[in-house]
Amino acid sequence: MSDDAILVEGLRKSFGEVVALAGVDFAVPAGTVLGLLGPNGAGKTTAVRILTTILGRDAGHAEVLGIDVDDDPQTVREHIGLAGQYAAVDENLTGYENLRLVGLLTHLPENVVRGRADELLARFELTDARNRPVRTYSGGMRRRLDLAAALVHRPPVLFLDEPTTGLDPRSRTELWGVISQLVGEGTTVLLTTQYLEEADLLADRIVVIDRGEVIARGTSSELKADIGQTIIEIDLADPANAQRARSALATHGLCDVETDGHTVELKVNDGSRAAVDVVRTLDRAGLEPVSLALREPTLDDVFLSLTGHAAEEPPEDTPSADGRDRRGAA
Amino acid sequence: MSTTTLTTAPLERRRRSALGWAVADTRAITWRNLVTLRRLPQLLVFSTIQPVIFVLMFRYVFGGAIHIPGVDYVNYLMPGIFAQTVTFGAIQTGIGLAEDLNKGLIERFRSLPMSRSAVLAGRTLADLTRNVFVVALMIVVGYLVGFRVQTGVLGLLGGVAVILLFGFSLTWIFAIIGLSARNAETAQAMSFPILAPLVFASSAFVAVDTMPGWLQAFATYQPVSVAVDAVRSLMLGGQFHDPAKVVGSLAWSVGIVAVFAPLAVRVYRRTA
Repeated sequence: MSDDAILVEGLRKSFGEVVALAGVDFAVPAGTVLGLLGPNGAGKTTAVRILTTILGRDAGHAEVLGIDVDDDPQTVREHIGLAGQYAAVDENLTGYENLRLVGLLTHLPENVVRGRADELLARFELTDARNRPVRTYSGGMRRRLDLAAALVHRPPVLFLDEPTTGLDPRSRTELWGVISQLVGEGTTVLLTTQYLEEADLLADRIVVIDRGEVIARGTSSELKADIGQTIIEIDLADPANAQRARSALATHGLCDVETDGHTVELKVNDGSRAAVDVVRTLDRAGLEPVSLALREPTLDDVFLSLTGHAAEEPPEDTPSADGRDRRGAA
Repeated sequence: MSTTTLTTAPLERRRRSALGWAVADTRAITWRNLVTLRRLPQLLVFSTIQPVIFVLMFRYVFGGAIHIPGVDYVNYLMPGIFAQTVTFGAIQTGIGLAEDLNKGLIERFRSLPMSRSAVLAGRTLADLTRNVFVVALMIVVGYLVGFRVQTGVLGLLGGVAVILLFGFSLTWIFAIIGLSARNAETAQAMSFPILAPLVFASSAFVAVDTMPGWLQAFATYQPVSVAVDAVRSLMLGGQFHDPAKVVGSLAWSVGIVAVFAPLAVRVYRRTA
């Protein structure tokens, strides 16, 4: 057995004509967080569903804690927790009853279940809502309960499938805090997300998938370094000036210049030196920028340069590759 | 921030045999479904509204036009109503499972180390429990409109047992429909065309020998008719006394469970 808590090699899965996973490889060392990043329909959820024994695979290898998910799914299930983008809790049960149900179904003794349920309700600030049907919970509360339900049996490996999709910023920050704590305690986490900020913040390593294939992998800084450059953002207050600045900079030999409304963006290799050049060039052209900023590329930039489309808008021509018939995705 | 331990040390687990776990998991799921029923008593009320309307309609509107020799029509009618109630009630099993699927609950259950048959067994057993209440309620309604058991307490209990077992067997068929339909509306739409001929081309409301010959063969031996005739045999006796129908109905029910329960578990395993 390796040190990888999750290991995936050459994983393939199709739903009829739609290829959801076209040979995906990744590994998650024990105690680390892997961010599986990609737009809707990229195959993220399919990979999670195969690893959590919900779905069979067509080809390739998938193991959790050294156990092949097909050979011994029951043992795998004992060691994993799954929280999804659709809060899978029973609306008609109370928060406590939901946790009790999951506890019993993970085969914990009744007295342990009771203590564990109350402990988790307290930790997720749901004690006041303990005896209320989940029907009366807000979206954020449901999501917290869903995550609590995934933790009842203290799984060493946790799958979080878009845990914060559709949440308001405050609930999102709260969930991030909890996830960070879990990681601090040594839980291995596979996190899928469409939010680059989320992967940036929580994940040790990131695998970017698009249309069922891995298109990039590395740490967040490695991915940013891959596009290799510093970005200089210049705000010129109006679009006409932005256009003039653009041509001035282009003729001066600074290439890879883009304008967006009244701002000009250029990617350069040596940030501070280029900034001086830019200021001189603009000065000579009689242009006065409102602001000039140097920034490292965000994962959004990485994603755009890798896939040619932005992370959060799904490609229009790709049908849902999750093979599910659910209410409209968030 | 609280310092409550979220993960770390693994918790002790109980050890039981596979069968022991199947029973324990089924009990947990049954409990969950019954809590829902207790919390939403309107589900129970809704599932009795339709049969009550049928009782009133056939007792006071159509009943006068239907003549069954040698018996008060209300006594003839009520065993038919009991069968109709559990037959249409079986749709609820499909709807419940379709909703669990739609809400992602089945997905969670499938990621847990629980017995693979417990979700279905827990649903059908909870629905059997619901039928106990619904049938009891319909007996009370029957008494209010003049229905009288002719054979005594044992006949009554025997008839109830036959009808509950029949209802239980049907829930396994509708479990499959619910898992295939994946949402409540589709489950309902898929169920009705199956149910209508079974309930209406039967001995539930009229004597089969008033039907055209080609229909009589089906109407005589199909499971709803056999169940209705068995209940009449047990609750009314006399001209309806026919132990073969009781045996026949038990055979239908056991046969349906034997075929459709394993099939439903197979569909459940494959439903993703």
